[in-house]
Amino acid sequence: MSQLTGIAASNGVAIAKAYKLAIPDLSFKKSEVEDTKHEVERLMNALDVSKSELEKIKEHARASLGDEHAEIFSAHLLVLGDPELINPIKDKIESEKVNAEFALDETAQMFIQMFESMDNEYMRERAADIKDVTKRVMAHLLQVSFPNPALINEEVIVIAEDLTPSDTAQLNKQFVQGFTTNIGGRTSHSAIMARSLEIPAVVGTKEVTTQVNEGDMVIVDGIDGTVIINPTDEEVSTYRAKQESFEKQKAEWAKLKDEPTVSKDGAHAELVANIGTPDDVEGVINNGGEGVGLYRTEFLYMGKKELPTEDEQFDAYKSVLEQMGDKPVVVRTLDIGGDKELPYLELPEEMNPFLGYRAIRLCLERDDIFRTQLRALLRASVYGNLKIMFPMIATLDEFRQAKGLLLEEKDNLTKEGVEVSDNIEVGIMVEIPSTAVIARQFAKEVDFFSIGTNDLIQYTLAADRMNERVSYLYQPYHPAILNLVNNVIEAAHAEGKWAGMCGEMAGDSIAIPILLGLGLDEFSMSATSILPARTQIKDLSKEELASYKDQLLSMNTADEVEAFVREKTNQ
Amino acid sequence: MAVEKTVTITDETGVHARPATVLVNKAGSFASDMNLEYNGKSINLKSIMGVMSLGIPQGAEIKISAEGSDEQEAVDAVVDVIKSEGLGE
Repeated sequence: MSQLTGIAASNGVAIAKAYKLAIPDLSFKKSEVEDTKHEVERLMNALDVSKSELEKIKEHARASLGDEHAEIFSAHLLVLGDPELINPIKDKIESEKVNAEFALDETAQMFIQMFESMDNEYMRERAADIKDVTKRVMAHLLQVSFPNPALINEEVIVIAEDLTPSDTAQLNKQFVQGFTTNIGGRTSHSAIMARSLEIPAVVGTKEVTTQVNEGDMVIVDGIDGTVIINPTDEEVSTYRAKQESFEKQKAEWAKLKDEPTVSKDGAHAELVANIGTPDDVEGVINNGGEGVGLYRTEFLYMGKKELPTEDEQFDAYKSVLEQMGDKPVVVRTLDIGGDKELPYLELPEEMNPFLGYRAIRLCLERDDIFRTQLRALLRASVYGNLKIMFPMIATLDEFRQAKGLLLEEKDNLTKEGVEVSDNIEVGIMVEIPSTAVIARQFAKEVDFFSIGTNDLIQYTLAADRMNERVSYLYQPYHPAILNLVNNVIEAAHAEGKWAGMCGEMAGDSIAIPILLGLGLDEFSMSATSILPARTQIKDLSKEELASYKDQLLSMNTADEVEAFVREKTNQ
Repeated sequence: MAVEKTVTITDETGVHARPATVLVNKAGSFASDMNLEYNGKSINLKSIMGVMSLGIPQGAEIKISAEGSDEQEAVDAVVDVIKSEGLGE
């Protein structure tokens, strides 16, 4: 046996045979053929087999993922039946007396080059379609097996270099027990997909495709990030036990799905989710989220050539609000800049992007962009329980200006006869120390606070969180952070407002007891962290934790804090 | 004698992925030879790659033509699809 370590991307343990999702060797030799009629028949057969496979894959995608995902396979099928592609291949075989493989490759290459050279991203993507389709036909001509993850009919673990959206769309969830890849991190497509499918995954192993052979027995431990190849009987039974206890744990969590979050001594906390797109709402509901605590609207702006229109945004916001019903949805207005760029805005490069022109700073200057978003939000507000949050607020003036623009647009819409909700809470994200320090003053004017710890920590400790050499300074339990967080919560409560948190820290099992004791009202985290957090809070006493407050706030180091919490909560 | 009709593309993204697929599928269901002409170039309307290679934008005038046993029906059906897809008029 051998063992690999990667990044634990999705919880759980899977044990099954390896299924390598790799394109086989498709090399061939050019040869002359006498019987061109037979050669054309070979081509037509390969095309037919490929078509019937694609039909099955398309049906599978339609059933499991919906019409939209199946669409790509309709396009593939049309390419396979395209007379402008097929006839030249046939002609080539007949006139040049060459083998079908060569004729296919030559003709396809010509089209691929033509599409790739086009000045249009959409057309360039079509080149990828042609490549995909010709690989399949080539495999059938060469009689080598071509991976068809949609047609898997036994329990397997998928092994791949990386999984693309179209690969994952094809996976037959019923049989795919888990997967492991060479590349990727916790936020890569493959990892996100694994979590939404709720199957174990280990990504970034660097070499799993070369270490594993088709059919090898493989264990994927998505809890610790371990992959074991050809395990011993003993290892199998150890991991079976681990798998069972995880499943039991999951069943325990699931029981709390429709329960409120209540501590041992009866205190309520609200557990909500961070989302990026309307598609993420399903996961929030399945994991018992009590709302959306952070809807990152950047995704509407990213990966595009131009700004999203008001209607495009309206549709997305409305979809999220409707799906969530009367549960709260906190939408963060555009937070671009820093590590998130929008090439089409053509912003100049900065020495210190995290301290530069970003988020609300950009929105207040480019109020054309900001007003469009605010209008879309206001129009969507009647479809649910909307709360609007401004990011990166450093001064009260910024908040007043942003809120002023919001009220202006509300007024404009009302004058245009558009219905707008009158109960929209307007709050700020607290991620800049200056704001945390004078939270008292802010609390008189905002409706709520949501503490963005990822940035608050980097600004407070002056350590760029993208810089690995100073990553040791990224200390969520640093007493300075706890004091700032406490200050924000106290300020909110003094004015009868609520305080939430939407950074990684809110879902952390060491931070949760501290935050509960400090009186945090709302915890926003990734959807799959909600049930474990609810389970944890059920066994905590808020009163007891609150009694440690002064002690915790006066501690000297983050390590001291962590050790103290571990001891008090048996972790 | 071939049958032909001219339509103007009104969709703001032009003839993009999904409608192109629908058009080619529709054309493929008729026996007649079908062509699409835009900007002086004529392509086989039964070819997805042909249709897409034209990159037809909003405002384009395109000519749909058919020749064969069911030419009238074929042209009518394709033009209907263009209208019902909100692609043009």
